[in-house]
Amino acid sequence: MNINATLIGQSIAFFLFVLFVMKFVWPPLMAALDERKKQIVDGLAAAERGHHEHELSEKRATAVIKEAHEEASAIIGRAQQRANEVVEESKGKAVEESERIIETAHSTIEQDTNTAREKLRAEVSLLALAGASQILEREVNETDHQQILATLSAKL
Amino acid sequence: MSGTTITSGEYIKHHLTNLTYGQYADGGWGFAKSAADIKEMGFWAFHLDSLAWSVALATLFFFFFRLAAKRATAGVPGGLQNFVEWIVEFVDTSVKESFSGRNPLIAPLALTIFCWVFLMNLMDLVAVDWLPMIAGIFGEYALSMDPHLVFFKVVPTTDPNITFGMALAVFYLMIYYSIKNKGLGGFLSELAFQPFGKWGLPANLILEGISLISKPVSLALRLFGNMYAGETIFILIALMYGGGMVLGAFGGLLQLGWAIFHILIITLQAFIFMTLTIVYMEMAHHEH
Repeated sequence: MNINATLIGQSIAFFLFVLFVMKFVWPPLMAALDERKKQIVDGLAAAERGHHEHELSEKRATAVIKEAHEEASAIIGRAQQRANEVVEESKGKAVEESERIIETAHSTIEQDTNTAREKLRAEVSLLALAGASQILEREVNETDHQQILATLSAKL
Repeated sequence: MSGTTITSGEYIKHHLTNLTYGQYADGGWGFAKSAADIKEMGFWAFHLDSLAWSVALATLFFFFFRLAAKRATAGVPGGLQNFVEWIVEFVDTSVKESFSGRNPLIAPLALTIFCWVFLMNLMDLVAVDWLPMIAGIFGEYALSMDPHLVFFKVVPTTDPNITFGMALAVFYLMIYYSIKNKGLGGFLSELAFQPFGKWGLPANLILEGISLISKPVSLALRLFGNMYAGETIFILIALMYGGGMVLGAFGGLLQLGWAIFHILIITLQAFIFMTLTIVYMEMAHHEH
């Protein structure tokens, strides 16, 4: 328990070390701490911004998807309409076509009938001629009666 | 134990005596060889052991913190930087809580006090005989001294010179900042006109004077008292090692227990010294 000059030595050392710490230790450490604090704050702000942007883009995506859905249903509606039209159209065409076919058949039948009638007429006249000649049992001058036959045939 | 020939009283005394270098009455300088020598030297003597350990520990502290400060980055901190930042932030928080003024000195002052006092106190946890024994062997063989006369106190804070040296340094800063911030008149009027107004001037002077002086005294004595008592208990426990197997084993247990408890004390004392310094600085910066 002796108070002596050690006291002065310790006081001087104390001031020196406080000075050293103030000059060489504290400022760089505080600078690093502040810098890191700033970085963390910036990072948090960036994260917040990113979060916000993500929300926005999600909203945008939902809107786009909704729009696409609407467009798709519109396209489907139009397509159905068009299909109905096509069906109607082809129905009409088919009716037309069948009518045309029926008409053709009708005309063919008529034509065949006429042809057959012509043939029949010719054959009948020949038969009549043969029958007449047999009935008359005599030579009939064909040239003499040609005129009568023609008239007959025209009447048939 | 330093030897079998000395008594317990001598052992304790030996442990509580500093390595003193000073001027004898006849004018020559040298190491003190006894308590009487130290008394003869009076004020102009130095406790070389206290000073050397104190400065060595401060240098150690400064070295590591400077290293961390040099390498400090805002990025991911390494182990040392992390540790240093932890302490620095702790001190910074303590300063911001108690000190409202603007002074770039206060936080480094608090950091230095906390770390330095803690390191000096920490020397208390080194077994009491190791370092003095090494010093004794060194003195005996290198300097051919009587090992019993090589005094070597390891814990600087058990030396009142060290605690008073620091407390007085804080006291000077207190006075300096008081006068700087309040003016000499403001400082003196705080002493003279509080708390009883100008008609109670003598009473004011006595009260405020005592309260002013008591600040460094209590600061120094609190730290010194705690550490001195702790050190003494360690020495008493160490005495038990000479008392046979059973007592020695009991002493070992006691030492372990006391050391664990002491970890709390040395940290607490460092923290108290720091906090009170901050509070005194706050008082010096603002009217109260």
